[in-house]
Amino acid sequence: MARRISLKTAVNEAIDQAMQLDPTVIMLGEDIVGGAGAPGEMDAWGGVLGVTKGLYAKHGDRLLDTPLSESAYVGAAIGAACCGMRPIAELMFIDFMGVCFDQIFNQAAKFRYMFGGKAETPVVIRCMVGAGFRAAAQHSQMLTPLFTHIPGLKVVCPSTPYDTKGLLMQSIRDNDPVIFCEHKNLYALEGDVPEAPYAIPFGEANVVREGRDVTIVTYGLMVHRSLEAAATLAKEGIDVEIVDLRTLSPLDIDTVLESVTRTGRLVCVDEASPRCNIATDIAAQVAMHAFKALKAQIEQVAPPHTPVPFSPTLEDLYIPSAAQIAQAVRRTTGGK
Amino acid sequence: MAANNPFPLSRDALLGCYRRMRTIREFEDRLHIDFGRGDIPGFVHLYAGEEAAAVGIMSHLGDGDRIASTHRGHGHCIAKGVDVGAMMKEIYGRKGGSCEGKGGSMHIADLSKGMMGANGILGAGAPLVCGAALAAKFRGKGEIAICFVGDGASNQGTFLESLNLAAIWNLPALFVVENNGYAESTSRDYATAVNSYVDRASGFGLPGVVVDGTDFFAVHEAAGEIIRRAREGGGPSLLECKMVRFHGHFEGDAQTYRANGELEDLRANHDCLKKLAAQLTSAGVASAAELADIDRQVLALIEQAVVDAKAAPLPSAADLLTDVYVKY
Repeated sequence: MARRISLKTAVNEAIDQAMQLDPTVIMLGEDIVGGAGAPGEMDAWGGVLGVTKGLYAKHGDRLLDTPLSESAYVGAAIGAACCGMRPIAELMFIDFMGVCFDQIFNQAAKFRYMFGGKAETPVVIRCMVGAGFRAAAQHSQMLTPLFTHIPGLKVVCPSTPYDTKGLLMQSIRDNDPVIFCEHKNLYALEGDVPEAPYAIPFGEANVVREGRDVTIVTYGLMVHRSLEAAATLAKEGIDVEIVDLRTLSPLDIDTVLESVTRTGRLVCVDEASPRCNIATDIAAQVAMHAFKALKAQIEQVAPPHTPVPFSPTLEDLYIPSAAQIAQAVRRTTGGK
Repeated sequence: MAANNPFPLSRDALLGCYRRMRTIREFEDRLHIDFGRGDIPGFVHLYAGEEAAAVGIMSHLGDGDRIASTHRGHGHCIAKGVDVGAMMKEIYGRKGGSCEGKGGSMHIADLSKGMMGANGILGAGAPLVCGAALAAKFRGKGEIAICFVGDGASNQGTFLESLNLAAIWNLPALFVVENNGYAESTSRDYATAVNSYVDRASGFGLPGVVVDGTDFFAVHEAAGEIIRRAREGGGPSLLECKMVRFHGHFEGDAQTYRANGELEDLRANHDCLKKLAAQLTSAGVASAAELADIDRQVLALIEQAVVDAKAAPLPSAADLLTDVYVKY
């Protein structure tokens, strides 16, 4: 039975149900319960934005507040994953990956290969991504490409409450390490979500809008900016198809190639910095595998090659807008 | 003879420990020779001289107890019961190695034996051990997890963060600082601000113990006490083993940072294996001939491991692409 819930509630519900279904699921993170050891109430915060609020009441000590020691507790989640648990580590902001990156890319990502296929590391590292929160350069990045670059990691970045619940359930069930990216500016977004547990397989992109003329490939918040752009362009007679990648590793390149082969035009939209990002990867793969289908040069819409600025005026200029996306689409159609 | 055994271990157990220490020594000394011949790819870090620490500690563990090792991991593997033949194949980069030739010396592991891997990143094992200990706590079967670091990696933030995390969560964990005096070529005294790791442990609210890491019985006794405490829910501890490294940081290290005569003195007067042999024979627990017999068996085992490793198949091109993910 589906109801309308927010993306934030979808995260909470996925963790809750995964914990009900599997006693080895535990969760570690800073303030994920809130108030540990303090004189007031437990579950004071439920995470810095309240995403995990209420889970402590249901699952108790399977949720562990941690000290501000990202290397130690992310590493502990990884170590516990090698020893029969299915831990979820919440890193709060993806920007904090710098503090504990070794545990993720040298340890979790490599165990299976380095140990000759004899290790499983079923860990999920949840983190918030993206700009628009007036949180400036160290709390706003879209660092997804850093992780897609690394063999051994899976990278997920959903755009809707439905996908969030299904992909998070899959991430927790999955036997490989998963970086689960939640866009902080989508937490309030509401959508239909079934109450029963379900999982969405990795590596299956979602065509969120079908169209004849131009393919937009994107993920996360940019799916919604692209939909806005598509609505504007429809009035101009340009029919846009939008592919929401959903998982960036594994990547469903087949759906992208199929779409571009049909439309002949490609706009890659990415909130990550413009060099070596998901957009350039998609552009390169299309150029390599479907060059003859292209009727126009590939366009990229991404932020400038700068840190995320603080001033709201600057930050709004930084984040790719629906207008920029629409303009890029028009360039591929020669103005039509 | 058993009636006169003054030690806290049975004669069989003692001879088993001696055999493991000798196995580590022969394994490492053989690698030293084979590496010098150019038979072994990459680089290796040898544990010879430090055997009493690994075996003294690991003699208290079962397969359900986890350890995370260092870059100098062969001794920990052997002490934890990892198959020597598979280890040799791994170090030779062959199929049938502990990690099918994909990890090598620096990543040698056997999770079925609770050996969570040597590690090319110093200090990285400490957070992993917190997780292994947390998993053990959830399982509630009295298992523990042990992190080994050198004196060098004891200065890593990961190690210090892990001491704190293990302390606040009262984890069944043990942190062993194998202090051989050198972080690569840099002396411990230069790189570490405190003289004793007990001081560092107390800074995190942990009990700390220092032992002579070249004395098997001292290590065995100290480790036994803190491992028992951890199993019973008494929380984590730190154990500093003061020990000596017979080879360089890695093979090919000319060790010019050492004092003149230092290595000769270590080998003559601080050899843990010689010490154990002397203790066993002087107590009458084993005869020199019995130990020599074990030595011969170990030598044959290592020789066979090398023969088998050299004869083992090399990985194929198809192996390059497997084992990245469970499913992708």
